[in-house]
Amino acid sequence: MSWLIDPFADFAFMQRALLGCLAISLGATPVGVFLLLRRMSLTGDAMAHAILPGAAVGYLVAGLNLGAMTIGGVAAGLVVAVLTGAVARFTALREDASLAAFYLISLALGVLLVSLKGSNVDLMHVLFGTVLALDDAALTLLCAISTVTLVALALVYRPLVLECADPRFLRSVSGWSGPVHFLFLGLVVLNLVAGFQALGTLMAVGIMILPAAAARFWATSIGGMLAVAACVAAISSVAGLLASYHAGLPSGPAIILAAGTFYLLSLVFGPSGSLAARFWPRAHLEA
Amino acid sequence: MLTRRLLLASAAAIAFAAPAFAQDKLNVIASFSILGDIVQNVGGDRVEVTTLVGPDGDAHVFQPAPADAQAVAGADVIVANGLGFEGWMDRLVEASGTKAAIITASEGVTPIAFGEEGHDHGHAEGEAHDHDHEHAEGEAHDHDHAKEEAGHDHGHEGHDHGAEDPHAWQSVINVALYVGNIERGLAAADPDGAETYAANAAAYLAELDALDSEIKAAIAALPENRRTIVTSHDAFGYFAAAYGLTFVAPQGVSTEAEASAQDVAALISQIRDAGIAAVFVENIADPRLLDQIATETGAKIGGTLYSDALSGPEGPAGTYLTMMRHNIGQLTGALSQ
Repeated sequence: MSWLIDPFADFAFMQRALLGCLAISLGATPVGVFLLLRRMSLTGDAMAHAILPGAAVGYLVAGLNLGAMTIGGVAAGLVVAVLTGAVARFTALREDASLAAFYLISLALGVLLVSLKGSNVDLMHVLFGTVLALDDAALTLLCAISTVTLVALALVYRPLVLECADPRFLRSVSGWSGPVHFLFLGLVVLNLVAGFQALGTLMAVGIMILPAAAARFWATSIGGMLAVAACVAAISSVAGLLASYHAGLPSGPAIILAAGTFYLLSLVFGPSGSLAARFWPRAHLEA
Repeated sequence: MLTRRLLLASAAAIAFAAPAFAQDKLNVIASFSILGDIVQNVGGDRVEVTTLVGPDGDAHVFQPAPADAQAVAGADVIVANGLGFEGWMDRLVEASGTKAAIITASEGVTPIAFGEEGHDHGHAEGEAHDHDHEHAEGEAHDHDHAKEEAGHDHGHEGHDHGAEDPHAWQSVINVALYVGNIERGLAAADPDGAETYAANAAAYLAELDALDSEIKAAIAALPENRRTIVTSHDAFGYFAAAYGLTFVAPQGVSTEAEASAQDVAALISQIRDAGIAAVFVENIADPRLLDQIATETGAKIGGTLYSDALSGPEGPAGTYLTMMRHNIGQLTGALSQ
């Protein structure tokens, strides 16, 4: 057992990394589950790219400053979300196409800014955060975003579930559809910014979507999926950090690959809707 | 490719070299910025010093350009460090067809083996650990080796060095030998100026002497238990030998973009177990990670040390004397409590 306990007992940076990952696991995975249920999984990826210019501007203004990069990232993400929603509602273009258009513009702008101004700084710092270097401020931010997300989701759980199941019904019986949609997009942006502090912009989407996708093969209810997804994310975090410690792998990719392994195993062996359930159905599943 | 460029360059050089001889000053080429500064101090007004590898340049990976071959062809004296530092120098001299006298500044220096300091120490520490540090240790060595290979790649073609540490100027005593060699070389090329060179050299030697005592005093003022540093520079062997600081190569840190938990843990264990007081690790590029390591170990994170090249004239290490003072300031700043 010492291989499991010692890394965390001996090194404060491992404890911090673990706490940060658990905070992200709790906050980002429910958002991922709802993205999945609303068939918006790729929206997370697009938003992650959209955040880049904001973080880049924050980085150029204040260096590797947590506050500046967070505010910049959230601002850029929200601008893209609002523009996308507005274009979808008021013009002929659908939401997916308008999101694709805005995130590509945003991404190009981000790369342009970083290359123009940051000739002697490493773009890698902006693209790849490191979970091994979480300081007090970053940890506080991660935990705060996680808490806000959980409270917000609890408050709008009902309309959000309805929106997943039958968006037209929600729109016909209440005026909550629009506000809930934007609040939800706001939570996506917040959690991506949190994940990007720890895992980098490109890896943050992974901890959001992969556990949710894996959970789909284990649970049929939304509550069940939320629980399974959070557990998968937490176990992947521990497994990834241990792999990074014992095998010398970079921590961010190790965590995401651990979640990816969970997904692939669930895809094949999960009890609900997986390959195993389809081709080798067990008696109790047929009932 | 390179050869062709050099041939073209030397052809051009022969055509354009003539005016260079017309100047009344002695045309001296120094291979890199630190040497250029020393030559300028000895030569004074009688020499025109050109450095091939300028400030902040890396002489290990220098690729001579046609203009360099031209400069070498027109030179009266060429000053090189020797000890295999400029692997490209022999070919450049040959290709340019220069008739200049060549001074090897490090002549008479007792060479030390490359990186022996860091490796020996690292081994002793590694075996005392209870974690699986043999592995991390092995990686650190591989990395060092790889770095040496990469750094000296260009030298290997026409040169067979590798075992000796060429960074002899990191000991002020050695630079006194450099000054003697340069003075004799300049006097041989320009007998009329011999007296000036001797006077300049004497004045500069006095300054070096003061610097040497200054460094010794600064180090003597440090507590005994705060004289070990982790640094990724492999250029401080002579400094360590002359002044009694211990430089240890960092374990693990080989990746710049994404460090693994193992890398960071290995470095932290090393700092804790060896009682290392300061860390000068420039190839961990992420300042957040360095801060984290500093908080966890209590070791101070040092600034920039200049080893192979001067900074620009505006920088903190514009001359050899200011470079050494800058380094000692950085070191004592991080090591004193």
